[in-house]
Amino acid sequence: MDIPKDLVAASAAPMVLSILSEGDSYGYAILGRVRELSDGELDWTEGLLYPLLHRLERIGHIESRWGQSETGRRRKYYALTSDGRAALATHVSQWRTVAAALENAWGRMEFGGPVSLA
Amino acid sequence: MSDPLEIQIDLWRAHLEAHPGVAAADVDELEDHLRGHIEALSAAGLSDDEAFLVAVKRLGSQRDIAREFARENSRRLWKQLVLGEEGSRSSGVPGGRASVWVALAFAAAGGLLMRLPLWLSPEGVDTTYALFLGPLLLTAVVGYLLWRHRPGAGVTATALAGMAAAAALAGVYAPAASDDALVTTALHVPVLAWLLAMLAYAGTRWRETDGRMDAVRFTGEWVIYMVLLGLGGGVLMGIVALACQAAGLDASTFVFEWMLPLGAGGAAVVAAWLVEAKQSVIENMAPVLARVFTPLFAVAFAILLVVVLASGDIAGLSRDLLLVCNVILIIAIGLVLYNLTARESDGGPTWFDRVQLALVAGALALDAVALVNVVIRIGDGGWTLNRVVILGLNLLLLVNLAVTASLLVRLNRAAPGAAHRLERWQTGMLPAYGAWALVVVAVLPAVFAS
Repeated sequence: MDIPKDLVAASAAPMVLSILSEGDSYGYAILGRVRELSDGELDWTEGLLYPLLHRLERIGHIESRWGQSETGRRRKYYALTSDGRAALATHVSQWRTVAAALENAWGRMEFGGPVSLA
Repeated sequence: MSDPLEIQIDLWRAHLEAHPGVAAADVDELEDHLRGHIEALSAAGLSDDEAFLVAVKRLGSQRDIAREFARENSRRLWKQLVLGEEGSRSSGVPGGRASVWVALAFAAAGGLLMRLPLWLSPEGVDTTYALFLGPLLLTAVVGYLLWRHRPGAGVTATALAGMAAAAALAGVYAPAASDDALVTTALHVPVLAWLLAMLAYAGTRWRETDGRMDAVRFTGEWVIYMVLLGLGGGVLMGIVALACQAAGLDASTFVFEWMLPLGAGGAAVVAAWLVEAKQSVIENMAPVLARVFTPLFAVAFAILLVVVLASGDIAGLSRDLLLVCNVILIIAIGLVLYNLTARESDGGPTWFDRVQLALVAGALALDAVALVNVVIRIGDGGWTLNRVVILGLNLLLLVNLAVTASLLVRLNRAAPGAAHRLERWQTGMLPAYGAWALVVVAVLPAVFAS
């Protein structure tokens, strides 16, 4: 499925915050996790991810430190901050509201033919 | 080290580092990412060569990545312009060559504007010229910025009408005002002009912290260019005067009534043009200047504090010392504000942040002493225009410095997002300066008109 750019952009920050709430992580692994969570439907570019990580760090939602990979390479790890946790809570309630409203609307709708919501 | 894969990765690194707006730390991070791809592909059975090629391809074009990084890293308009901002934005802004000529046209207008008062009063200008200095110098700059950035009708009208209003306010009170009002107005009208120039630069982004920060950065770099152009202009005027003297001519009228106003007005626009056209030059200079002068001013503060304490009578500072205190406090705020613009966005606290904290702590102590003195003077001698102006200024500075100090403490503890908070606070104060300057220019002279 082709997800429009605007939708990807809007969901990017909550996605990253959610993934980091599972534990500290780094760029490559975050991209992998996004693919995993979306069953391969969301395929982010590096040009999207890294600037987003840096922006979230700048506004204090996440923090970074340089560590080492298993093979001894320099690697930048990101972790959620308490501000980020609060921002994530806001994101969750906002997205739940939107999703619930859409579900309610679709519940009363007839999707005949090939379009199925299952 | 003749591993062909390593050589290829090094080449890739070097190529990416060459892009403006991509820091070395960004490349480190991306290299780790590239190697992650390569490892996964190698594990899937590809050869080193194949894995490298596929991984690079997956990472996307370097140009695209560099642009995304530049957009976030630098937060600077000019880099996005240099990198070719796609779509509507660039189409509205004319290309390099045309903009030089337009800048020169605005510079000519600026020069003529600066000389306008001399034409209006042929017998010579007096100190009232100082009242209009801000609008005279910056109106052409504002015009040029509005032409350059096309911020839309709302901002354009506000900036131009504001500039006219500032000049009009200065003019309304000038003739009738007392000498005190003349001085306070002359000192505060340029503040309004400065804020309007920043509005013209920030355009519709004036509500955003980043937009205001860009505007602050612009005016700081503009000042650096003005100083440099002023030095050159001073030398030029000196040489002209000497040459005329040698030829037995008196050049003072020509130098002071023609070269000085035309040159200053023109230089203001040329400096604005240079800030954007030759950005990378100043971008390297501003952080160096900040790092040189902040420690020096911190020392100057310590000396001033010692002088104040040594005077024995902390509650009875002389009027002159009080004025020096205020000038140096304003410099402190300016340093903090402009240091922020030169700050690297990534990286934790450095020695420099500790020096800044020391500077602000010293300023806070000095401000408290100054406030006590002002209040005592008001208690002893009643309210006067000067005392109200100084009191308001000191209160504004006290609030600013107190919050700044607490944010700098957070910054030095490496609290996440502290630098961004400090930016938001400092740029949030800008409208407050404008409001206070407006009160000083528009309200207080009427209140204290005897």
